[in-house]
Amino acid sequence: MKVIHEKHPLAIRWTHWVNFPMLMIMIWSGLLIYWANDVYSVTFFGYTFIHFFPEWFYQWLHVPQRLAEGMAFHFLFMWFFTLNGIFYVFYTLISGEWRLLLPNRHSFREAWQVLLHDLHIRKMIPPQKKYNAAQRIAYTAIIVMGFGSVITGLAIYKPVQLYWLSWLCGGYHLARIFHFALTVGYVLFFMIHIVQVILAGWNNFRAIVSGFEVREVQVVIEHVEIPAIVNPEILPNAKDAKKGKPIRQKSKIPANLKPKKADGKKDQ
Amino acid sequence: MEKKTNSAELRELATEKKIKRRNFISFATFFIGGGAAFGGWKWLYNSPEETAGVTAGARRPLRRALNKTELFFRRIFSNEHEVKTYPKERAAKNVRVNSDIGMNNDNFNAEDWKLSVVKSRDNTLKVDIKEIRSLPKTEIVYDFKCVEGWDQIQHWAGVRFIDFIEHYQLLEQAGMEYVGMETPDGAYYVGLDMESALHPQTILAYEMNDQPITDVHGAPLRLIVPVKYGIKNLKRIGSISFSNQRPRDYWAEQGYDYYSGL
Repeated sequence: MKVIHEKHPLAIRWTHWVNFPMLMIMIWSGLLIYWANDVYSVTFFGYTFIHFFPEWFYQWLHVPQRLAEGMAFHFLFMWFFTLNGIFYVFYTLISGEWRLLLPNRHSFREAWQVLLHDLHIRKMIPPQKKYNAAQRIAYTAIIVMGFGSVITGLAIYKPVQLYWLSWLCGGYHLARIFHFALTVGYVLFFMIHIVQVILAGWNNFRAIVSGFEVREVQVVIEHVEIPAIVNPEILPNAKDAKKGKPIRQKSKIPANLKPKKADGKKDQ
Repeated sequence: MEKKTNSAELRELATEKKIKRRNFISFATFFIGGGAAFGGWKWLYNSPEETAGVTAGARRPLRRALNKTELFFRRIFSNEHEVKTYPKERAAKNVRVNSDIGMNNDNFNAEDWKLSVVKSRDNTLKVDIKEIRSLPKTEIVYDFKCVEGWDQIQHWAGVRFIDFIEHYQLLEQAGMEYVGMETPDGAYYVGLDMESALHPQTILAYEMNDQPITDVHGAPLRLIVPVKYGIKNLKRIGSISFSNQRPRDYWAEQGYDYYSGL
């Protein structure tokens, strides 16, 4: 039978969906700024693999000659992008969600298995809790990237007043390159993310909107005659039994991570 | 036994109902929220331009944001924070020329040039280049930065603005909030907050790479204000004035941030 399984807390869903348009606007307005001096390319041994960006790309986005507008948008939405990120990080720290998000010592080995599984090379699904190893690495990396964007952004925005930040980023030039490279990183992340979401299916997508997943649970109804009088001492949670509460195994999940019941009264 | 199956079915139905209800509520909220966000974006994107004044050309909320952000970052501004300097050898030999606004006046004659410093409404100080060259000279090799994103290490020399102020006893004027500078033909003009103008690395430059500044770089005298983007580094200064209101600024009238500080 179907069971509601709580997955994403409201704060996570909120920051996720706020971040989406914020990041889009930051990338778009960043492009408006970048166009004014589009010097970056990936060149090895004199051969240019990628030049950012081809002319049709700029024309298609109507990017040219909008530097002032790009800066104005960028310097407004940087606040929301940053605050949203700070809120997310604080929430995960306080709620304990970070335990599920941060890669652990097995993650890097397991992530490889996840990759093999996703590429249909390996059949067995690697172990996972809320997030698998690859997700842990990706979702932690994206936070590190966001942090990097804010830091490098400030380093190129106020290189004199925040000179130490510029220094930390390896100077103005390098900071700008990092800032740009991170943007490319977001786009790549986004593309993989979307493919994975589509592959994961509706239930997974619903969870980031509504917070819950629906799981199919095998219910085995056993026709066991339960004796009318049970010796409370033999039950695992003897105390609860005495009070007449439903008997359940003690959960090892910390209290703050335990799935909340949506509606206490209707609980089975 | 019959009763048991019924209750299992009932529970399943209840769960089904709960799923439906929660789906509806969350997706309704999601789409309403998304719609509101999109509406907000449309509003912002199509919001009217600011009333043209000292600043112009930007959408109203965006200009407000720029001004608020300026206030925030001016709090961390300190004249103690100096621009990083480089050895002379690092300075570019081919110094980039990015603009000639205010320098297209054919009637301009470098020999007749005099700097006008407006001390008060009816008192204007006239200074020629010889006099300026006789003041203590300061050199700076630093990374010149443009809003477009490019930067270049350049070597400039001239008199520090603070030294200029002290020499001509303009301390009273320097107590005001802003400095305005304009080209002789008035085609290019900038407004600076006084802190940035009095920054120890701000100079009225007359030399570039140890030579007198060439015409395209703003001969005979130009502003080098390292704590600002290039757009504030006025070429060919014609006049300097002081005020407590923001002076007009060429690029701020084109939608750029008035402050443009680094």
